[in-house]
Amino acid sequence: MALQTLWFVLWGLLWAVYFTLDGFDFGAGMLRLFLTREETDRRVSLASIGPVWDGNEVWLITAGGASFAAFPGTYASMFSFLYLPMLLILFSLIIRGVAIEYRNKDESPHWRSTWDILLALTSFSAPLVLGLGFGNIFQGLRFDSSGYHGTFWQLFNPYGLLTAVFFVLLFLQHGALWLVYKTEGDLAARAARWAGALWFLVLVVAAAFLLFTGFATRLYDNYLAHPGWILVPLLALAALVGVRVFQAQSRPLPAFISSCAAILLVVATAMVGLFPNLIPSRLDPAANLTIVNSSSGLYTLRLMAIVALVFVPIVVVYQLFVYRFFRSKTTRGEVEGAEGGY
Amino acid sequence: MSVAALSRIQFATVAVFHFLFVPLTLGLTVMTAYTETRYARTGDETFLRMAKYWSRLLLVNFAVGVVTGLTLEFQFGMNWAEYSKFVGDIFGAPLAIEATVAFFLESTFIGVWMFSWKRVSRGVHAGIMWVVAGASTLSALWILLANGWMQRPRGYELVGGRAVLTSFGALLGSPYVWIKFFHVIASAYTLTAFFIMGISAIQILLKKKEEMFRRSFRIAATFGIVTSIMIIVAGDLSGVQVAKYQPSKLAAMEAQWETEKGADFYILQLPRPEKEENSIEALEIPGGLSFLAYHDANAVVKGLKDFPPSDRPPVLVTFVAFRLMVALGFLFVLLALVSVILAWRKKLSSHRWFLWIMSFAIILPYLASELGWVVAEIGRQPWIVYGLLRTQEAVSRNLTPGDVLGSLIAFIAIYVSLAVVDVFLLKKYANKVED
Repeated sequence: MALQTLWFVLWGLLWAVYFTLDGFDFGAGMLRLFLTREETDRRVSLASIGPVWDGNEVWLITAGGASFAAFPGTYASMFSFLYLPMLLILFSLIIRGVAIEYRNKDESPHWRSTWDILLALTSFSAPLVLGLGFGNIFQGLRFDSSGYHGTFWQLFNPYGLLTAVFFVLLFLQHGALWLVYKTEGDLAARAARWAGALWFLVLVVAAAFLLFTGFATRLYDNYLAHPGWILVPLLALAALVGVRVFQAQSRPLPAFISSCAAILLVVATAMVGLFPNLIPSRLDPAANLTIVNSSSGLYTLRLMAIVALVFVPIVVVYQLFVYRFFRSKTTRGEVEGAEGGY
Repeated sequence: MSVAALSRIQFATVAVFHFLFVPLTLGLTVMTAYTETRYARTGDETFLRMAKYWSRLLLVNFAVGVVTGLTLEFQFGMNWAEYSKFVGDIFGAPLAIEATVAFFLESTFIGVWMFSWKRVSRGVHAGIMWVVAGASTLSALWILLANGWMQRPRGYELVGGRAVLTSFGALLGSPYVWIKFFHVIASAYTLTAFFIMGISAIQILLKKKEEMFRRSFRIAATFGIVTSIMIIVAGDLSGVQVAKYQPSKLAAMEAQWETEKGADFYILQLPRPEKEENSIEALEIPGGLSFLAYHDANAVVKGLKDFPPSDRPPVLVTFVAFRLMVALGFLFVLLALVSVILAWRKKLSSHRWFLWIMSFAIILPYLASELGWVVAEIGRQPWIVYGLLRTQEAVSRNLTPGDVLGSLIAFIAIYVSLAVVDVFLLKKYANKVED
């Protein structure tokens, strides 16, 4: 049990870190279309995520790979039951990656606006479908011991849709805060206005999400049994308040870090509620995929725990180093006349 | 068509497409790092121009390689859920390790490299590209460790209908994998060498920046002669592994129907699977097949007829793909040899016919690499994990043929668009020769 529990924590952590990091790429990807039509500012907003988005996306690949290695039953069920949503996420990520990398590789305005629109669309659809998928996982998927009985359209239930909207808004705000932190002048000012307006919306939807979670899911059972854990959602709310406070003080970095904390803690809130299930069944609780019945053997869990506990901290250290290396604001001067990734 | 058949077509499509981009990334990272290092050491601007020129093509290629790699990780769970449950314990481990140990490094530092031309010294910038090159090679190793286990499972036991890892050492130490790794890396470098020589040949024919392209050609030719010979060595060693651990694949590759001691090799041969015989067998080398398979001209080679028909791979495809790949492999050695001689004797410009050949030869290593995967994967059929799990039983149970047909069409549409854009940019940057 101890090893499986450790792997549950790692599994949740990998997803949480993925959402925290790629979340601002998604947000910036969506928002930059509406922030400015001016070419240099469009390039600045893209260059702000340029050096880091690819490294951020690898957290998803690692979360997927870790699911495969540690909880093969969960990996297999999640990806096959949610076939069409997974396909949509995949296509979104494919087009998004190419859009970021190819956008500046030709000078024609038509070429660039096409990639800008594709980037915004896929930066919207990826978190939307991820949110839809997780919203449905929180409620339980329609499977029992004989297999999966759900349909694609059943995923579009009110709670699933609310989670999807919550994800999108959370990331939109996150991306706005990133742009406030990473850019300057007009662009940063406009991003700050967006972040301000989005905050209220995020708060309302977060409250609706927390409330609705009590009706649509069994995530609160663990909180009722162990009330101490209530600290996690409370901290998530505190982090959201922190976003507002730091923004009001015009301190972009603390505001952005608060937003990181909020996303991490929102994911943690759900994970605490989910434990020890990875994918609950809506039809038959006996079929729930848990950390015990869907896990790998102890040998693999131990091996992978060693790998993760050694190498993930190393990754964190060099990625933090990279963020520090690129900590200066992305400026118009830097982008103009530059080549390479810009 | 069944879900299994459609899923196989889909996997073949996305894997073949992905592997159009992988080898060039493996090789061009090295070429970029090498030319940048030379620039850092000598200050010679031609090396800088070379680094910039080849890295532009690298970056165009890299983007599609990354996003199409994502597909494969999704595919196992989406279409091959029963497989994933069966092997997750083992196959998932190297995949997860690949992401954690190698892919993070590669993706993080390619981003740093792109945006740090003006932020770090020349030497450090070259060093960052060496990190990317090393990480992508390491990445290939872990992926091949996963694939190698499907070819030759070891270090496991079956528990409750699932394969469970019992020895990570056995997984890591599989000679099958290391030889395959050697084979794949050598062919990736050869593909890149031919890519560089081909484009350089076109530029020399067009008389653009001849010094830079002559130098690129010479580096690639020198590199290419070594790696193309390595392919032959690795290929021979691979054959021995296949003979030992995947006898049905070997029999199909060689269209060997009868079990024979001292089996002959025919230079000209064509199987007729429906009659379980070969319609053409000519120019024999006595004991040749036994020698190739076991390095012993008197060894016994097991024939296809000794496998039940339900355990035999498709013979014609495996045989033709294998023959063609081998023929191309020898052709690469020949072309690389001529290239290296002409390049070092500075006689390239006076042999325009050869430059024409090399410019068309770009496509051949791509063909050979994909044929290699055809041999490896179709030759393994009907097994998804050799001897343990059949492909038919590995497919996700909740899918309908309509689901998979729909996704297959969508994949093809998106991938064709990606290919069009990629080729457009490659052509654009290949033509863009500046100061």
